[in-house]
Amino acid sequence: MAFPVEEKHGFLVVLLHGDVDLSKSPAARKVILNCLKKRRHVMVDLAAVDYIDSSGVASLVEGFQYARSNDLEFALVGVSEAAMNVLRLARLDQVFRIHASLDELPDGGD
Amino acid sequence: MACDDELVFLTICSRPSRLKLLRCVIRDAADMAGLDAQASDAVVLAVNEACMNIIQHGYAMDADGRIELRVRREPGALVFELRDYAKRVDVDKVCSRDLDDVRPGGLGVHLIGCLMDESRFLETPPGGGNLFQMKKFTRA
Repeated sequence: MAFPVEEKHGFLVVLLHGDVDLSKSPAARKVILNCLKKRRHVMVDLAAVDYIDSSGVASLVEGFQYARSNDLEFALVGVSEAAMNVLRLARLDQVFRIHASLDELPDGGD
Repeated sequence: MACDDELVFLTICSRPSRLKLLRCVIRDAADMAGLDAQASDAVVLAVNEACMNIIQHGYAMDADGRIELRVRREPGALVFELRDYAKRVDVDKVCSRDLDDVRPGGLGVHLIGCLMDESRFLETPPGGGNLFQMKKFTRA
């Protein structure tokens, strides 16, 4: 299952959806890191995520770390309640930059 | 154990694609046991994490391992037991990591601790492997 990528406000927006578990998190990790390796700012849209486990969260953390090490923007957008509950448990809701919707994204600029 | 008390006993192979099946079963068992939506979400995530640990660390992603799940009711609690046939877990090395150390991985044990009321490895079962038990209390 491929996760689509859209361009908006100068960011590459990765659209995760469905259940991001151990069977899908390698694909999520790959698409997030591929976008960052193009030296593009990245938003990960979690609005359509029904379920995420620690392997899915790990793919987000890897993106966050890569971006931070390479002076790139990395943020989450439209985080579903299911995903937010897991981020809160992991206390990552205070680590990631989180936007309510794509409409409030600033220009990433490139 | 009375049959009424046992809700589920099933075996899956250690493939990530089977986790979704497992979650469906856990959710239905939680509903049958009368857990509310928040508690159901909690046990689904916790059992998923425990099963994922078996797949990733116990079987090192070998897809041919066996995992047995038993769900049963006991007075005041819903009990989940996961049995595997992987190498024995060194219980002393199983611990939750410091959440201030932001890095990928290592969250599973923390999540299980947050989401379940009790969790522990039971005595090594005959035939080797591991038996991991989690409990969610059903009344205060």
